[in-house]
Amino acid sequence: MTRASTTAAQVGLVSCEACQLLVQPQSSTEPGFCPRCGEELEFRRHASIDTSWALLIAAAICFIPANALPVLNSTSLGSTEPDTILGGVVFLYLSGSWHLALIVLVASFMIPLGKLVALAYLLITVQRGSVTRSRDRTRLYRVVEFIGRWSLLDVFVAAFTVALVQLQPLMSVAPGPGVLFFAAVVVLTMLAAESFDPRLIWDSH
Amino acid sequence: MFRHDRTVAFKSGDPVTSPSTVARSPALSSGPPPEAVACPECDMLQRIPRLPPRAEACCPRCGCMIARQPAGPKDLPLALTLAAVFLFMVANAVPLMDLSVIGRTASTTIAGGALEMWNQDEELAAILIAFCAVLAPGGYLLFMLTVMLGARRTPAPHWVGEMLRWASHFRVWSTLDVMMLGILVALVKIAELATVTPGIGMYAVGALLLLLPAIAFTFDARDLWHRIEWTDRLHTAPIPLADTAQERPA
Repeated sequence: MTRASTTAAQVGLVSCEACQLLVQPQSSTEPGFCPRCGEELEFRRHASIDTSWALLIAAAICFIPANALPVLNSTSLGSTEPDTILGGVVFLYLSGSWHLALIVLVASFMIPLGKLVALAYLLITVQRGSVTRSRDRTRLYRVVEFIGRWSLLDVFVAAFTVALVQLQPLMSVAPGPGVLFFAAVVVLTMLAAESFDPRLIWDSH
Repeated sequence: MFRHDRTVAFKSGDPVTSPSTVARSPALSSGPPPEAVACPECDMLQRIPRLPPRAEACCPRCGCMIARQPAGPKDLPLALTLAAVFLFMVANAVPLMDLSVIGRTASTTIAGGALEMWNQDEELAAILIAFCAVLAPGGYLLFMLTVMLGARRTPAPHWVGEMLRWASHFRVWSTLDVMMLGILVALVKIAELATVTPGIGMYAVGALLLLLPAIAFTFDARDLWHRIEWTDRLHTAPIPLADTAQERPA
């Protein structure tokens, strides 16, 4: 889009992120709080790029043990079997439910990986002051924000499998160390997406 | 602290291209008047046109959906929320499903899923599950119920705005839909080993999954924000306003 547009920040106004009220703050460094809903006002989210990078790198590190370590340890009649996320996908596929295998593969592996790549791409283009494809990049951010929660899927699968299958001498399932890392990946990428400010994409226009 | 020089508001019927210096006129029965906003995703200043029911207003620069005019009776969101609160209590009180193998049975509730993780030394995962599956949706529903009851007063009291803000923070972390899919996957996995019967809790969660988006879809947050009482509302500022959000019909 080539047309010139005025942003709120250019004319010294802050838009409340909770109730959309336009406020002209007394101080441009500390805008204070929204007089209508009490939300903290910020021209742009505080230290957006740095916070987002830090959370993203932490998530990328956790992504490795999340996939390498077992999320579940199933014991039946004395023998224990570790079960990683991708192992669970293979199990679901072999047991005939390929559609569930696909859902778990997408939600637990491809969405977190895609989120890491997409957020890194957004951060790098913003830091380089890119002005191209801003509309597509905003759309990408919207998708990242929307699908993030779906990667919690495997945490719930693990929790309810563990909670149900407790028939002690016969068979039981215990959570593995992978669950913690996996939950960390999901929470950290969600927080990274929340600290990224999409308005930065448009600020170099 | 809570000091502000000026807040910006617009009079309905201003020419689109001219800046306005006039305070907002009182809301009309046909929905909130055209209003100046900055796009939450690209910060572009624009006005929201008067929208017919079910229509959306989108930012002409980045395409972000800025406002939607809900349709339906005024008390429908309150009725839906009351139903959702009831279903939420049922969903948390009764077992989601029962499992049986050779005469032995086990069952679990939503909280049971979190509790078992805690007992198995996965405390952080347990807290996350309890927050996303119980606290966040419960908090969202309770705050929304309070907001809707408080908003029946005119003008709506100031605390209603604070609560609506908290409700939207909780909503981000409420993942009942993800939990439901997770339970289904777990059921398929376990079905290889044992017989699993879905319980009443499962049907309650299923109904909740229909009610939660219905509440968000019928609730008119923009109208409520216009009716909330707050000080300082008469201060105005001139702003250049050249653009109008694009209207997208239902």
